[in-house]
Amino acid sequence: MRKTSRIEERFFRVLMFFSTAFIAISLLLIVFSIVYKGLPSLSWEMLTQEPKGGFYFGKEGGILNAILGSFYLAIGATLLAMLIAIPVALFINVHLRKYKKSTNFIRFLLDLMWGVPSIVYGAFAFGVMIYLGVRTSLLAGIITVTLFIIPIMIRSFDEVLKTIPNGLLESTFSLGATLSETSYRVVLRQCIPGFITSILLSFGRAIGDAAAVMFTAGFTDSIPTSLNQPAATLPLSIFFQLSSPIPEVKARAYTSALVLTVIILLISIFARYFSRKYEKNKIRF
Amino acid sequence: MHQGCKIHIENLNLTIGKQSILKDINICIPEGKITVIIGPSGCGKTTLLKTLNRLTDLYPEMKVSGSIVIDDQNVLESGQDITEIRKKMGLLSQRPYPLPMNIFNNVAFGLRISGRLSKRILHKRVQHYLEQANLWEEVKNRLHEPASKLSIGQQQRLCLARGLAVDPEIILADEPTSALDPISSQTIEHKFLELRGKYTIVLVTHFLQQAQRIADNVVFMYLGEVIEQGPSDEFFNNPQQEHTKHYLKGMFN
Repeated sequence: MRKTSRIEERFFRVLMFFSTAFIAISLLLIVFSIVYKGLPSLSWEMLTQEPKGGFYFGKEGGILNAILGSFYLAIGATLLAMLIAIPVALFINVHLRKYKKSTNFIRFLLDLMWGVPSIVYGAFAFGVMIYLGVRTSLLAGIITVTLFIIPIMIRSFDEVLKTIPNGLLESTFSLGATLSETSYRVVLRQCIPGFITSILLSFGRAIGDAAAVMFTAGFTDSIPTSLNQPAATLPLSIFFQLSSPIPEVKARAYTSALVLTVIILLISIFARYFSRKYEKNKIRF
Repeated sequence: MHQGCKIHIENLNLTIGKQSILKDINICIPEGKITVIIGPSGCGKTTLLKTLNRLTDLYPEMKVSGSIVIDDQNVLESGQDITEIRKKMGLLSQRPYPLPMNIFNNVAFGLRISGRLSKRILHKRVQHYLEQANLWEEVKNRLHEPASKLSIGQQQRLCLARGLAVDPEIILADEPTSALDPISSQTIEHKFLELRGKYTIVLVTHFLQQAQRIADNVVFMYLGEVIEQGPSDEFFNNPQQEHTKHYLKGMFN
């Protein structure tokens, strides 16, 4: 008996080690291949210029249009989604906390929405745009991406909010606080570190998605100056350059991928730093 | 029987599904006294305390009937302004739940939601209530540190200060010393004795000695029923019911 349990213990230890190693190696390989293929074409020009006439034939120009387009789109969509997701998540967890049936139904709907592929959101929005007779634009892209990240954001906020102990709510209510005062002044503060991670996750999905923006934000070589203009995005920029037969252009696709990866990395680091400032106020239970 | 009762509980029943948690409770809690509710674990003491300020609203599975009259107002009647009722009662729970903010704001929170105050007055009031809870000396130089950095005993006193700050008439305390070290427990007990008179205190405890030390009035509960209630001296020296005698001899648990 003792021997079998020792073998079992060792087996799971080895399994865990290999699984972890597998994940770490995959990540390293991805980063290595992007850096290896993308770094040679990385130049100041790449980051600071729009594509010039012959850019897609390997001539001069850069991907500033896609970098800025992606930023506008992802930041816009994340902010818009937060406006909707924070109230909904708090409403489910504070106001509706005792109505288990309704909250479970809302969670079920959100999970369904989460499961819908982004291309379906893109296709749906495209249909609406045709019906309304509007063209591809930054605004249409932002709205589509917002719809697509809302369920992700609400459900991950929701998981953070579920960790709030009843005792904290009871204490706050006992002070004569209303449901909304409890939500926005106490619960939200307790959850800020977790929320930042959720927002980051949603931002990552927003900036990395190609399918939802292809028909809605479109693609252009110029930098959008208003919400009505189409906007380029990094994932689509990667897609178009990678499908080119010209080696220089292909190499630049990897540079674009490198830029996208670095942006996400920087945002993660920034978010970690920011959430640490709030972590100290969090009560541990 | 209404005479002198701050809280008058009549025919209170609480069920969860088919299970009866509180059975036909009738209690008179006298004004300005310390009423201690004792009884073995799971007898419904904490639940009873939570029905007093309707924290039971948080749990839809709990069905409550009967009446709890506080100052001629039936707390259980629907349509009552529950936040106003709750302001009348400060709560100290089994373990402290400080708010996720700094020490000063923990006390200021209740003051702020009850109305706007100037900075100077707010600071004065916060100091006053921290002094009331015997915490001021320990925290006066670190008011802007997060409350989470305090020890459990300090956190419990912070929760007391926070509760007093909303100027309640009643203090509900649910085994407030069970997570504390002996010295912190003593501080809380002494505080209760000082606060008696100005506040009506309802304390749930499973420490018989604690009940003996500070109670004016004792309610003994067993399996969801009130077995015996009365003034502390009578209760401890001359219990009437068999169950009470057994419990006092330590024959339960």
